[in-house]
Amino acid sequence: MRRSTFAWFVAPSVVMMLVFIAFPLMSVLVQSFSLTQPVVESLTVETCTPSFVGQNCIQETRRQPVLDENGAIVTETRFVGLANYATLVEPGRALAALGNLNLNELLSIDFWRALRFTLTFTLITLPLILVVGLGLALAVNNVTRAVRGPVIFVTLLPFIITPVIGALAIRWLFVSDGILTRLMEHWSGQDIFMFARSWTIELLMMFYRVWHVAPFAFVIFYAGLQGVNQDAVEAALIDGASRLQRLRYIVIPHLMPLIVFVALIHLMDAYRVFEEVIGFRSEAYVISLQYLTYDLLMPDNTGNRAINRASASSMLTMIGIVILLIPLLRHTWRQHRGTR
Amino acid sequence: MLFRKIALAGAFALMSSTAMAACAFQNEVPLKSLSAGFEAWKAVTDAMAECGNFSAELDQEFKTKQPEAFAARPSLYHIGGVANETIVPLVNAGTIRPLDDLVAKYGQNLQPGQLIKINGQTMAIAMMVNTQHLMYRKDILDDLGIAVPTTYDEVLVAAEQIKASGKVAYPLGGTYKAGWNLAQDFVNMFMGLGEPLVNDDGSANVNTETGVRTLEMMKALSAYMDPEFLGADSTVVQQQFQQGRIAMANFWASRGSAMDDEAESQVVGLMAGAPTPSIVDGGAPATTLWWDGIVIARNITDEEADAAFRVAMEGLDSEMVNANNDDAVWLIKGYQPGAMAEAAIATASTTPPPVSYPSTTAQGLMHGAIGSQAAAFFTGEKSAEDTLAAIEAEYATAAAEAGIVN
Repeated sequence: MRRSTFAWFVAPSVVMMLVFIAFPLMSVLVQSFSLTQPVVESLTVETCTPSFVGQNCIQETRRQPVLDENGAIVTETRFVGLANYATLVEPGRALAALGNLNLNELLSIDFWRALRFTLTFTLITLPLILVVGLGLALAVNNVTRAVRGPVIFVTLLPFIITPVIGALAIRWLFVSDGILTRLMEHWSGQDIFMFARSWTIELLMMFYRVWHVAPFAFVIFYAGLQGVNQDAVEAALIDGASRLQRLRYIVIPHLMPLIVFVALIHLMDAYRVFEEVIGFRSEAYVISLQYLTYDLLMPDNTGNRAINRASASSMLTMIGIVILLIPLLRHTWRQHRGTR
Repeated sequence: MLFRKIALAGAFALMSSTAMAACAFQNEVPLKSLSAGFEAWKAVTDAMAECGNFSAELDQEFKTKQPEAFAARPSLYHIGGVANETIVPLVNAGTIRPLDDLVAKYGQNLQPGQLIKINGQTMAIAMMVNTQHLMYRKDILDDLGIAVPTTYDEVLVAAEQIKASGKVAYPLGGTYKAGWNLAQDFVNMFMGLGEPLVNDDGSANVNTETGVRTLEMMKALSAYMDPEFLGADSTVVQQQFQQGRIAMANFWASRGSAMDDEAESQVVGLMAGAPTPSIVDGGAPATTLWWDGIVIARNITDEEADAAFRVAMEGLDSEMVNANNDDAVWLIKGYQPGAMAEAAIATASTTPPPVSYPSTTAQGLMHGAIGSQAAAFFTGEKSAEDTLAAIEAEYATAAAEAGIVN
């Protein structure tokens, strides 16, 4: 292909990548190192609000932004280096807590609390999804051809459900007067409150995520199983290899690239865990890094939002994902070099 | 096809002819409004629509849209629906106009109490008040011979008696969902003790004895609630009442009429209201007063503002109130308070009276800081003092970022 033809072919996607990924990312990066503030003046004013007998009038101090001649709020933006990051991470307090081995003190900082949950969630769900997905794929691969279609369809259903809706459904099933909670109370003979303790909430979140994502792993692995070399399997059978040995020495090596792929996708997704926090209303007990960014970004009812701190928080989330992906990416890179 | 067109035209003609009947004038200027989506706003905007050329957007997320939409030139909406907090960003950005001359021209039917004044200028017209007041199951309290509590200590005693009687497993309800709701209940208790949350110089004032007292009272109350109270917002508490699972709560007046809604409530006719209890005997009720009302955009022409205000006055007239009497505690002439509303009015009229929720940026930041930090006390992660210190630290950070304090 001629160089210019190639350029014309890739140009649209390069432009899209620049406009929708690179520029916003740069903007977030710049904002995370700066602080934008309105210029504020202080006024003492009389404010009157309604009551049923006349009006309530009080003197109050209002701090309000200064407006320029066009009626726009005057703002100042200055470079603050790592100050936004420091506000989030509170390195001084965190190091002191680590020095005293005081974990509770460390987790009383929102960022570390969110990081603790995000990492636990990601690292526990990852192996579960690989195992459940592989188990499902092997099971479906062994059922008779006639029922395979319907079984695949039913297995895929959880993956089709919108995450927030799925999370809400789980919440309604397990809330204090939900039907599954009632059932568990009936069996155990004691009152159960799944959403009043952080470990039960975390358990439900992980259960939900595995239920939701395992079908994705299943589909990929199932497709991979169709390409397993049957000659090798037969040879192993003749050599007297057990089912487990065949799995370990033939099937899993064959699926390895797919396992790495599924792990990669899942790490990226799970580290950005968010729907579960909103759907389960777990803000009091459990928060994730993505939720922290969201919380900083959402304006309060008087219109304040911490956009610079939110930028820093989202940069830290991205850095976290990259660190988690390094081992897997190195693995893929070595494979790539090896096959060349 | 032709038949359908004729039928449609006929339907429109019918609609507009009935619509015109209720409005005193025919509005010729296209107008738009943006407000919250609860019943009262539906009633008011429906009444405004009768004047013609008016479209209303009812959106519970109005508060995130409003500041940007009103800052556009020209403004994307002419009329806005706001409350104590949500008027703040509009006043700060100067995107709503003073209404004094329009009030003089078209506001003959307004009550003096409806005018929201900031620095001597009328910036908004209030249509209703809202507050949280005590709602309780009259049948349960009567059966057990419990007098209606007037202080929170009496609430605790009553809750213990109800729990012991076994009538309901969890006697109390509360809007304690971590975030805005929990913070609102904190603000109610704290300001009920007569202190501001933010000092005049913009510094925080919560890490005090009052703060500890507030948290401890809230925790004492929470012991009588369904243990999942940190996820309970207004809708959850409303359902707990409607399904007969709780007996008492300090709850939004605007939700009162839902208790007697036969379509969804199992406690029709069993509920009653009373003024919010105080924390100290004879003190102010531990609640804050809220208002909802309309504002007019600055970045529109004077003709549009004129028309918008006239249409708004049609939406806030006695005719609308007569048709929708029980949808809110209206401030408008002709309103006949129902039994639940009487309790809200009694709460607002006690001496000493409850405070109005402050319309300031600092208060908004403080509310946010309480919302994100207070839950740790209820989950047992932090002591009261540590929680209050964390609230102050979060407020200090946010206030410095917002440029309010240095």
